[in-house]
Amino acid sequence: MNEIKRHTLAVLVDNEAGVLSRVARLFSGKGYNIDSLAVGTTNDPAVSRITIEVLTDERQARLICMQLRKLICVHSVKRLAAERAIRRELVLIKVSAPTHEIRNEIIQIANIFRASIIDVATESLTIALIGDDSKAEAIQKLLNEFGILELVRTGMVALERGQFTIDEQTKEKGEFDYGKNVL
Amino acid sequence: MQLTGAQILMECLVEQRVDTVFGFPGGTILNVYDALLDYPGIRHILTAHEQGACHAADGYARSTGRVGVCFATSGPGATNLVTGIATAYMDSSPVVCITCNVDLPLLGKDSFQEVDITGVTMPITKCNYLVRDVNDLADTVREAFAIARGGRPGPVLIDIPRNVTLEKTEYEPLTRAQHGMTGKLGRLMKRSSQDFKAPEPDYRDIDILADMIRASEKPLLICGGGVVRARADWEFEEFANRIDAPVGMTVMGAGGFRGLNRLCMGLVGMHGSQASNMAVDACDLLIAVGCRFSDRVALNPAGFARNAKIVQIDIDRSEIDKNVLTAHHIIGDARRVLQLLNERMEQLDHAAWKDYVFSFKTETEYDEADDRLTPSQILDAIARIAPRDAVFATDVGQHQMWAIQHLHFEYSGQLVTSGGFGTMGFGLGAAIGAQVGNPDKVVIHITGDGSFRMNLNELATVEHYDLPIITVLFNNGALGMVRQWQTLTCNGRYSQTTLDRGPDFVKLAEAYGLAGRRVTHVDQLEVALKDAIAGGRGMVIDCAIATDEMVRPMVSGGGNITEFVVD
Repeated sequence: MNEIKRHTLAVLVDNEAGVLSRVARLFSGKGYNIDSLAVGTTNDPAVSRITIEVLTDERQARLICMQLRKLICVHSVKRLAAERAIRRELVLIKVSAPTHEIRNEIIQIANIFRASIIDVATESLTIALIGDDSKAEAIQKLLNEFGILELVRTGMVALERGQFTIDEQTKEKGEFDYGKNVL
Repeated sequence: MQLTGAQILMECLVEQRVDTVFGFPGGTILNVYDALLDYPGIRHILTAHEQGACHAADGYARSTGRVGVCFATSGPGATNLVTGIATAYMDSSPVVCITCNVDLPLLGKDSFQEVDITGVTMPITKCNYLVRDVNDLADTVREAFAIARGGRPGPVLIDIPRNVTLEKTEYEPLTRAQHGMTGKLGRLMKRSSQDFKAPEPDYRDIDILADMIRASEKPLLICGGGVVRARADWEFEEFANRIDAPVGMTVMGAGGFRGLNRLCMGLVGMHGSQASNMAVDACDLLIAVGCRFSDRVALNPAGFARNAKIVQIDIDRSEIDKNVLTAHHIIGDARRVLQLLNERMEQLDHAAWKDYVFSFKTETEYDEADDRLTPSQILDAIARIAPRDAVFATDVGQHQMWAIQHLHFEYSGQLVTSGGFGTMGFGLGAAIGAQVGNPDKVVIHITGDGSFRMNLNELATVEHYDLPIITVLFNNGALGMVRQWQTLTCNGRYSQTTLDRGPDFVKLAEAYGLAGRRVTHVDQLEVALKDAIAGGRGMVIDCAIATDEMVRPMVSGGGNITEFVVD
């Protein structure tokens, strides 16, 4: 219960000004650092989806979910269990590549990771990689020796495996039954 | 019909059956005040300061159970509301604050009297709005009122740029019943996850609790602010009588349970009675209704009710397990949950348990002297002379705790006090709101010399609107509660808590056009109170009490609930 681990929250919100700060201040106000945050529109133009990853214990994660649900701008909140979630992020890495040999070596590494080269210049290469954090960290380690000039990550986005969606109708009832320790 | 933004705002207030607005005008809210002149059905109370207006709206809301409304202009007007909004937020009081801002094109340019008030009030409102388009105004006001009063109540702020109050658009009147069916509010109501609709309690949960109660030998009830907000007095008392369990009250719950009921043990927590605190420690089942186990109740969350299964009944799902881990919970409006429980519970008897609990003291006795009054003497005199339905508004400090410990409240809304936020200076504004909302009742403002001087400018409001508010001032020449802490934790090093200075409160009251009395004896106090009630005019009664009088009993923060530092 008190073990600190990563929790992934998917939040559907109104696509309006100020919504992101309302959601973010719930975390900052309690002193939690948001590990990763990604926002984008959904198939409904009036609704945005925020994916938040935060390091905390189980009890606090539940509490944050409940407090998020209270916000009027929030449509629904779902915690995505690590074993049932597909998590991906896009990483762009600009690597120093002054010579032909180094460029080739970097391209080989990129191929192994199924990353794509999206920009080549005389002095550098830019690589785009899609994956979860372990993949991003692995390629980062390998590229470090060539000299990473710049690196940017979009933050994790995540969906649940299988037919379940964040939508209220298909949400499993179980989430509301926590904390009943008498049965 | 084509109306300006300001007129639409007024029409929407009429839709909500708002009869009173507290506020203070200014440059950007000019058009709203202009429109106000054409709506004689809405009474405007002009306060001395915006903070007073917000406290008054709050006091109005708490004492009547309706939504309080206040107006303020942009910039300093809006920021002056902030303490009032935070007070309402912490105590779940439904207040709608309407501020105007600079013209839309001037927003974000550090214009004169501009502030991002929606940003400032984000953590202290249930929701807030910046209305950029006059076409959204009516829907926004409807939504704001629904949110303020719905589910767990709370403050909502609407910020309207000045040009929006001038622009015209088509306004279509809607009755309140239609509000939830159209527009944004309609869409919001359809979204099932929204907690602002009071959720219907799960019947299985009710049955589980009923079985837990039957299995319990030492049940205990805590009456929290949720009982007061739900106006569930009758249901709560019926429930307590049925399961025959002693009742402890939180500061916010005072009034929710009749103080004269034989099951009432008084306050629980930091200044809780011996009976309540010992019962919390000894009970085997603790049922908290509308109580969030704040650090003033569950002083040490890990050891709170350590021998008991804790059951929480709350309308707000996010309060469950927040401060104290519970064994079971029921989500729902206190009134509805208690109704369902009453339907299922048979009469129980816990005579032995009650004998144990009530073997401890439920009230504190104070030493009497000739030249001054004791807190209990003052409060007993008030209880003897004031009508039984008198409304009490308090400030924050020793006088507040004494009042809540000693007065036996009879109904929800009888006590208006800042429990969660502890706002000194809350009382007079709140008393104004309570008196305006309850013109037929006697309103007594209980205050201390420290709190009173914070917002006593509102005496001008009391005088102007002929509000017969009786201010009973517990004058000990010190910031008593802080001084008490200094006595107990700082070895009596009284840093900046001695108020050895003016004003002369009697002369001050007279300067404001009110009556003032100084009393040092119970007989004088009784005469003053009788005169004030008969006179129907505001009065300040300055009661001298001892500087070193303490609120007793007391448990220090973070400690076990039975470890009294003073008893």
